[in-house]
Amino acid sequence: MRTWKFGDNIDTDAIVPGRYLTIYDPVTLASHAFEGTRADYAKNVKKGDVIVAGRNFGCGSSREHAPIALSGGGVRFIIARSFARIFYRNAINVGLLPLVCSDADEIADGADLVVHMNEGYVESGRKKYAIEPVPGFLKEIVDSGGLVDYARNLEEVETCTGSRS
Amino acid sequence: MAATLVEKIFSRKCGRPVRAGEVIMAPVDAAMIHDITGPLAVQKFREMNGRKVFDPKKIVLLFDHQIPADSLPAAENHVFLRKFAIEQKIENLDIKEGICHQVVMEKGRASPGEIIVGADSHTCMYGAAGAFSTGIGSTDMGFVLKFGALYFRVPETIRLDIHGDFPRRVGAKDLILALAGKIGADGATYQALEFAGETMHRMGMPGRMTCCNMAVEMGAKVGIVPPDNETWEYLKTRRKGTTPFALESDHDAAFSSRHRFDVSTLSPKVATPHNVDQVVDVGKVAGTHIDQVFIGSCTNGRFEDLAEAAEVLGNRSFHDDIRVLIIPASRAEYLKAIRKGIVEQFVAAGALVEAPCCGPCMGGAFGLLAPGEVSLSTSNRNFKGRQGSAESFVYLCSPATAAASAIRGEITDPREV
Ligand code: SF4
Repeated sequence: MRTWKFGDNIDTDAIVPGRYLTIYDPVTLASHAFEGTRADYAKNVKKGDVIVAGRNFGCGSSREHAPIALSGGGVRFIIARSFARIFYRNAINVGLLPLVCSDADEIADGADLVVHMNEGYVESGRKKYAIEPVPGFLKEIVDSGGLVDYARNLEEVETCTGSRS
Repeated sequence: MAATLVEKIFSRKCGRPVRAGEVIMAPVDAAMIHDITGPLAVQKFREMNGRKVFDPKKIVLLFDHQIPADSLPAAENHVFLRKFAIEQKIENLDIKEGICHQVVMEKGRASPGEIIVGADSHTCMYGAAGAFSTGIGSTDMGFVLKFGALYFRVPETIRLDIHGDFPRRVGAKDLILALAGKIGADGATYQALEFAGETMHRMGMPGRMTCCNMAVEMGAKVGIVPPDNETWEYLKTRRKGTTPFALESDHDAAFSSRHRFDVSTLSPKVATPHNVDQVVDVGKVAGTHIDQVFIGSCTNGRFEDLAEAAEVLGNRSFHDDIRVLIIPASRAEYLKAIRKGIVEQFVAAGALVEAPCCGPCMGGAFGLLAPGEVSLSTSNRNFKGRQGSAESFVYLCSPATAAASAIRGEITDPREV
């Protein structure tokens, strides 16, 4: 699987422009991913490809269309130095895994990349880059296969119980 | 133990001390969905085996992004949500009231100490009413519709103490743009931005809303102003039976950082393409060619914003080569502007005044920019392609700067016209 490298502050308007927000179908949304900002992406992205980015990936709107447009194209992992808050949660909720990697800048565009989730690193160009673990409470959601599956069989939730992140 | 305002909100809700960093399943007091994010939230609610929403009275549903329906898919989404509202007995404000955030505020649906979520990133605005309110995605909203609660990581707080008097024709928007430039587009990620200090206390609710609205442009979860007389006065007629109580950060609370900011020497600010934190003094970009001026949005579409633009305009006309789009944030604000003669003043000057909605703010509906075109806008985002073509350019500014520039036909310092 190849990487698609992006810079800092990639916003949700860049990931999927506002004029497509009446669409919810993942494959159609994927055909508009990065439209206007990276022309070769939507045509060539393949199942298993990985997005690599700098700081604040997914900043801007709360549109879930953005992570859906990426997962709809077959992407499962995004590796970035940091993520915007709403995008981070949305990504996990739709089964796209945002992985924080402080050295993401060093990974090249178009390089092969393998994610070793449980071991806590990604490998690209014979080099290993450490990734931060997904925080505990989100891990539970990831492990249940996303928030929908987590919530499906619950009748109610207990409020105000908490844990340290 | 000393606590921040946000920690106190969570602690009050849960009846025990809750501190920043804790992950908590918190009950929500209100949830807002609109025409863009609503359909997916409803779909997720159903996929989660949701049958009845947690409490129809706590849900605000309205359409503002693509209204009146500007395409068949938009029309179909509206029908889908109307049916859901009837089925679930949720009040549907439909296309009638205006932009979601303004409507939540003016209907008194946000009040101090509450926890509110909205399927829209600028939900962080209701902190202007002393609530903890934050934007979430549609799947999280599906969860909220079913359970009336959501996981939150209680955020740390960056405290901003704002001092001084604004110079003439400089105001809340210039302040928040200046702060965005200073803090940066991700400088407050995962944190709360607390706006305090004498300047905030003297500021009316419209200005507080402008500031809190743009907290998310620095990555913040919420922008919040400690409730004071102004807040309780605002709520008096909007939410019957609200009794004031004290709610503020302790002076020795553990803030992640604390900054003092003096507005008395502030000059009008402009955010340049394509990031909200690329902020300069208006003088730096004065003379820049513009094709369209947009005065509106949840950031700056209130009566006070329109009045500020009208004051700069006076009895002059807008420049012949410029398209001026003015869109009040809500029906209530629109009516105020009509009654004060401001709408007439704008139309006479050559502007198009549209009915309350998001308009060109997010480039989904009308007013789009062609490649190469430049917009000067009072909204909150200038990302590449935000208002149309990815080859267009958006500058952000205050209503006063927008009006002055629309008169001259190029970016102009409002103090000079
Ligand atoms: S006015 Fe703009 S920022 Fe505000 S809710 Fe509408 S699209 Fe979003």
